[in-house]
Formats: sequence, C-alpha cells, structure tokens
Amino acid sequence: MTALPATTGETTRTRPAGASFDPIFLGLCAAAATLLLTALAGIVVSLLIGGWPALSHFQLAFFTSSEWDPVKDIYGGAGPIVGTLITALMSLVFALPIAFGIAVFLVEFCPPLLRRPIGIAVELLAGVPSIVYGMWGLFVFAPLFRDLVEFPLITWAPPGSIWEKLFQGIPNGSGILVASIILAVMILPYIAATLRELFLTVPAKVRESAYGVGCTTVEVVWSVTLPYVRRSAIGAVMLGLGRALGETMAVTFIIGNSHAFPKGLFDGGSTIASTIANEFAEATSDMHTSALIALGFVLFVITFAVLAIARAFLGASKHG
Amino acid sequence: MAVLDRRNRRQIANTAFVTFSTTAAVIAITALAAILFSLLVKGVSGLNLDIFLLSTPAPQSHGGLANAIVGSLMLCTVAMIGAVIVGVLAGTFLAEYSGLHPLLNAYGSVVRFLNDVLLSAPSILIGLFVYYIAVRPVHGFNGWAGALALGLIAAPVVTRTTEDVLKLQAKQLRESGVALGAPMWVTIQKVLWRASSGGILTGALLAFARISGETAPLLFTSLGNQFMNFDLTKPISNLPAVIFQFGLSAYDDWQSLAWVGALLIAFAVLSINILVRVLSQEQKRS
Repeated sequence: MTALPATTGETTRTRPAGASFDPIFLGLCAAAATLLLTALAGIVVSLLIGGWPALSHFQLAFFTSSEWDPVKDIYGGAGPIVGTLITALMSLVFALPIAFGIAVFLVEFCPPLLRRPIGIAVELLAGVPSIVYGMWGLFVFAPLFRDLVEFPLITWAPPGSIWEKLFQGIPNGSGILVASIILAVMILPYIAATLRELFLTVPAKVRESAYGVGCTTVEVVWSVTLPYVRRSAIGAVMLGLGRALGETMAVTFIIGNSHAFPKGLFDGGSTIASTIANEFAEATSDMHTSALIALGFVLFVITFAVLAIARAFLGASKHG
Repeated sequence: MAVLDRRNRRQIANTAFVTFSTTAAVIAITALAAILFSLLVKGVSGLNLDIFLLSTPAPQSHGGLANAIVGSLMLCTVAMIGAVIVGVLAGTFLAEYSGLHPLLNAYGSVVRFLNDVLLSAPSILIGLFVYYIAVRPVHGFNGWAGALALGLIAAPVVTRTTEDVLKLQAKQLRESGVALGAPMWVTIQKVLWRASSGGILTGALLAFARISGETAPLLFTSLGNQFMNFDLTKPISNLPAVIFQFGLSAYDDWQSLAWVGALLIAFAVLSINILVRVLSQEQKRS
C-alpha cells in the first residue's frame, strides 16, 4: 500500500503554483494599456507645447486671418481651418446618400448570390490607401472632371449670377470640390459598412410585420428600419466625418494647396492636414513650425469633439 | 380611383428608391473598378525585375524601388512587433482584468475610450507627436521614429480586436482553466489567447494592411533615403513617401515609378484584406 500523505483533517486551500506571477502579469497588461493612454496624452501635450508660441503670438488673428506668409513670418490659419471644415462637410453630403443607398441595397434587395462579392468590394474600397486615391484623383479623375464638369459649367454660368460666383476658380481639375468628391469616395465605404451592420440589427420580425401589413420597401426603410437605428446611425455618420477631417495624402494631391479662402467650388484651397504635410519638413523658421503645429492642435480638437459625439451616440444606443 | 392613384404613387416611390440604391451600389463598384483599372494600366507597364533590384534613381535615369520596398517592409515589421505586444496585452487588460475591481473598471473605460480616439485620430498628428519625441531630440530623421509612428497607428487596432475576441470566449473556458488549478495568467496565455489566436491574427493583419499604406506620419519621421539602408537610426526609404515625392514630380520616369509603387501597395493591401476575409470565413465554419 502506498502511503497517503498525512492529512491533518482539515482542507487547506493552496494557491496554484506560479500564482505569484499573477500580479506581475496584471501589471504588464495595465502598463500596455497605460502606454496607449500616455501616447494620446503625449499627442495633446506636444501639440499644445509646440503650437503655443504661434498661438500666443498671433492670438485671435490665428483663427480669423487668412494671411499665411512664411516670408514675412505672419501666419493666420483661417484658410486651412475653413478649408478642412468645408471639404469634410461637402464630402459628407456626397457620401451619405450613396452610403445609405448601398446599405439599403445590400440589406433589402441584393440578390443573395451578389451580396458577398459586393459587400467585399465596398470593404476593399475602404482598404485602398489614401495615397493611391491621391494619385488616381490627380492623374485620372481630375482631368476627366475638368473636361466633363468644370469647363461646361463655367461656360454655362450666366455672368453676374450666383452660379458664376459658385463656379469661380481656375478650371485645372484640382480644387476643393474635386477634393471633396475624392474624400467622399474614401469615407463612403466606412459609413456604408456601419449602416449595413446597424440595419442588420433590426429584428427580422419587426421588418417582416411591416411588409406583412403591405408596406413597400421604401416605407419599411423610412418608417421602421431608420427610426430603429437612428441614434447609432448618427454616430456612424460622425465617424465618417472624423475620418474626412483628418485625411491627408489624397487631399494634398488634389486640393491645389493655396492658403487663401477658396473663392468658388473650383478654386484651390488647403486643409490643415495638407498644409502640415506640405510644409512641415521644410518649415523656414521656428514660428512657421509652431504655426503648423498649432494648426495640428486645432485639427485634434475638432476631430476629438466629433469622435466624442460619435461615441456618445453609438455607445448610448447599445444600452437603450 | 383615388385608391388606385395612391397605390400607383407608392409603387413609383418604391421603384425610384430601388433604382436609387442600386445606382449607389453601382457607383461604389465602378469607383473600385476604375481605381484598379488605372493602377493596372499605368503600373503594369513599368513593372520589371529591376523594380525589385535597383534603388530609386536620380531624375531621368534608370532605377527601381528596391530600397523603398525593403524600407517599407522593415518599418512595418518593427512597428507590428511592437504593436502586437502592446495591443494584445492592453486588449487582455480591457477584456480580462478591468472587471475585477471598480477602480480597474473605471480605468478600463477611460483607456477604451481614448483607444478609440487614437484609432481614428488623424495619422498626420501622430507623425507630429513622434517628430517631437523621436526626431527632434536626436536632431535627425530616423527609421525608429517611422516605425514608432506606424506602431502607434497599429496598436489601437490590435487592442480593439484582442478585446473583442477575448470577450467572445465562453466563460466556461476561463472556469476550466481555473478548475485545473492554473493561475490566471496561465489560463489567459494557454487557454484564452490560444482560443482567440485566429481573431487576434485577423486584427494584426488588418493593422498591417492599414499601416503599409500610411504616408503622412512618415513624411517627417522616417523621411526617405535615396539609397538602400538597413540602419534604423538613419532615414529609411519607404514606398508611400517615394510615391508622394515621385508622383508630384515633373519627370515622366519618376511618375511611372510612382504608379508602379502605388500598384504594389494597393495589391499588397487588397490581398491582405481578402486573405483576412478567407481566414475569418474558415473560422466561422470550424
């Protein structure tokens, strides 16, 4: 008989071997999480410190003046700031209806055989790198746009009318309207994919009962599906807007890069991101560098606000 | 009569709606097809063996993209190693540890939110930040800075997917590990990570696809280098920056090299995306 270990009659709860490493592992995981936190804090702090000289020197003029002159060392950021907001909002106006259409198409009446390929194609559109959009926009889309849209519209616009003002600018294919269209193509797969996911969360019973009382597809989408996902849909759109605000390379290729306020839709402009990409590595003076970083800080504040709102909408709907 | 009219109106509205949303899908497909078509037309003609053997040329002379391809691979590899380590650990913290204590929970919510912000923060701002901490102090553009910038873009993606995948694992898996007498960290490593490895791999691949096309944060961190360079303490050439520089140049041969580069990057990124879809499809089946 093998001798059993002597028992004292009471069971002792032993800690598993190696349990002493548990707190260390927790510490490692927490440290990794803290690293991400520090990175974000570092971005804010470094942008603020770097941009402070320009912000304190030009004060309010930095936001109201559009005079950007590295030779005289005067920097007013209104041009790029307004350019960023205009292009992002215009791209959203173009992208939203199309993204909505795609989502509805995929959920409501796409032939099942095509659903996967089309879904993948839309997601691939999101995977195409920004710089490829830039190349394509500048060398393929812009010349087409110039010949097929800009020239006809400029010659058509009656002198003195609002149209003439709207279509001002050199018809060379680059400008804020082209930039917005390319941006729209870039953000539309994100919005479409999120909207599609949201539409799929609507219980089939709810939709089927609407069809059951004789609704047409458009009525089901407008009065059943959309109200059901309204809050999250706003969040999805804001996420798209956040992306459009920060897009750099594609815009840098095709916006025309002028610092003044764009006078018309075909006029060149600039965004915060494109200005930084173009000038930062070759900044002429410390003030120039600082002004660029201050612009970066403004961009961060804008995107942060948009993302926070998006999260609030998306997050709140999860519990509701 | 009135009833018929109304039915007609509703049907017309519906037909218009169907047409509109089908058109929207056609527009998206057309855009993708047009981009791929131009890439093939303009890129394939310049594609030859020299692209992979020779370094970027001076204007009007013969060359390839070898240094840029090698540089991009090096930067992305270093970035991904860092991003996977940080991302998997941080994701584990959010999924496994943040529920243990109210304080950890509050901290977890903050990290989760800020990670989402980092996930969608403009990449050019990450470049500016890295310029401040890794370029200015050493007075020179260098490869480490580029890799750091790319890593900061990839890490939130890995964190997010790791957390999501870990949360999908059954509670019984965790209990079975503990029941065998394993401490928590062994359970996480040997059971949970292994069970979620497919999902984590998917996230890492998506992050890799995302950073391989990133240009903006490299412009003032890694900059570029005309020559082949394996030293991360010096500026390193990379495909996106070369495409940017050559694409906007006035020389025809530089522009055609830029198209080849764009074709290579787009091809790589899109094949990774398709690979991810195949992988996740297989996981669903098994």
